[in-house]
Amino acid sequence: MRKPSLLAQVLTHLAALIVAIVVIAPPIWLFISSISTQNELLSVPIHWIPQNPTFERYGQVLFATGTDAAAVFRGSMINSFIVASAVTLICVTLGSLAAYSFARMGFAGHGPLINVILFSYMLPPIMLVVPLYTVLANWRMTDTLHALVIVYSALIMPFAVWIMRGFFQTIPRELEEAAMIDGATRLGALIRVVVPISLPGLVATSLLCFLMSWEEFLIALIFTSSPSAKTIPVAIAEFTGRHAIDYGMMATGGVIAAIPPVLIAIVFQRYLVSGLTSGAVKA
Amino acid sequence: MSDTLMGPPISPAPRHTQRRRWGFTRERRLAWALIIPAFIVVFALIFLPIVRALWMSLHIMDLKRPALGQPFVGLGNYINIFKDPYFWDSVGRTLYFMVLSIAVEMVLGVSVALLLNRRFWGRGLLRALILIPWALPITIDAIMWKWIYNANYGALNSLLWQLGLIENYRPWLSDPGTAMNMVILADVWKVTPLVILLALAALQTIPETLYEAALVDGAGRWYSFWHITLPLIMPTMVIVLVIRSMDAFKVFDIIYIMTSGGPADSTKVISYFTYLEAFSYLRFGRAAALTYLITFFVGIMAFVYIRLLNREIEY
Repeated sequence: MRKPSLLAQVLTHLAALIVAIVVIAPPIWLFISSISTQNELLSVPIHWIPQNPTFERYGQVLFATGTDAAAVFRGSMINSFIVASAVTLICVTLGSLAAYSFARMGFAGHGPLINVILFSYMLPPIMLVVPLYTVLANWRMTDTLHALVIVYSALIMPFAVWIMRGFFQTIPRELEEAAMIDGATRLGALIRVVVPISLPGLVATSLLCFLMSWEEFLIALIFTSSPSAKTIPVAIAEFTGRHAIDYGMMATGGVIAAIPPVLIAIVFQRYLVSGLTSGAVKA
Repeated sequence: MSDTLMGPPISPAPRHTQRRRWGFTRERRLAWALIIPAFIVVFALIFLPIVRALWMSLHIMDLKRPALGQPFVGLGNYINIFKDPYFWDSVGRTLYFMVLSIAVEMVLGVSVALLLNRRFWGRGLLRALILIPWALPITIDAIMWKWIYNANYGALNSLLWQLGLIENYRPWLSDPGTAMNMVILADVWKVTPLVILLALAALQTIPETLYEAALVDGAGRWYSFWHITLPLIMPTMVIVLVIRSMDAFKVFDIIYIMTSGGPADSTKVISYFTYLEAFSYLRFGRAAALTYLITFFVGIMAFVYIRLLNREIEY
């Protein structure tokens, strides 16, 4: 390729800088708001750099006892962790088994079934929420973590199956054949040969499932109301719904709730991007 | 049985032998056994609700007026919805959201992907930064932008005022003329990174030799873009377009948090319309019919998507 001219290089860097600023400025502003004093938050026009940065709100949200809002927020964080972990475990385990069957043990009926899987992945969540609510409310199953785990598992399972199927398809068949010639059963070959090789795929799928459960909003909004079952997105939404909005606490809550998914995304960048791109655009 | 001696078939057997063996071999039993747990979950919580929603959509289920009972009304709910101008307004808003947000996301997404495909200092860092909006939960994206747009203390007003671009602070989210566009901006910020990642993955599969050959033939950059790059990333971008259309048609979270459908219904998209119908007015029969209409539209897009995925992509 020809070497870009100096002008082209300068323009490229300039464009990259602009993109970086647009991407990073809003979250940085959220963070600055979370460490600004109340006076500065409400100053007009804004001083962009806070004069007396304070991490007091973080202390309140994470450690303060007695204050209702902080306790609810902490509880919802724990709920989100429990739900997202349980959903990830269920979806990755059951989903991988089904995905393996789809990827390797082709038989009549698989074709339509995989399309059913793909279609259920695309179903609008509101389609499920309306009928499920009338059933779960009758059984008094709403407002529990169990209900959330079960509903999320069903919603995310098709995604897990789809992505894992893609990963399994990239593994050469010869490896399992070799193991089976050596006397391993199909299941043995799956556990001892296929699973270790597809570890990157399993990691990517787990992380994506976790992120999806972590940020799900509509179902949590409708199925949870008490602090014992509320998840982070619902708690966050309530910050803005109250009459007297405490912008500082809202920003603090937002930053804290954003940390787990953003950390996951940056640390596991490579896995996630490969999982995402292969899952979305390849059959 | 021969299977135990020879091992399971490595590649799918021809169809006629498959039929004959249906349900008999260990291989076949295992193939089903592996699928069944996942399917029970999906069946119980996706397919049964869909069937129940169908039943509901054919009945009146008005929880505010239990005295009505739950009489069968056939397609009455659907007909009423079609006659309701508010329904069509919400469809119009959904389409507006869809078309505008996706158009901007696609153009920006491809442009930034082209940028990231070049060599520059800090490229690795920028690729990592791009993941931040993508990873940020949509609810946090929504409160973040709601705070930035705040009419009295928001960063946007202050920035524009300090730059001399506006004379007075504006109520971005409480003005029916701007609210939807501001929501779209918040959505574009969050979703464009996904488009960038997918476009970049497509760009990276284009062999460098194609550009070299074009260069030898005297083609300029612009010509290369229109005649090599764009046609080659087009299959991926069409798929991205369909995925995004399905998502945009379902838009709910960001609307709920930023505007609650207001002001003056200017952001009441179809999902929000349906949500209110069920959980505010408690008309579950009508809401179920609405979910079927949403699913019908999304289903058409899903069908197109599946067809596109199964199509061979050739270079």
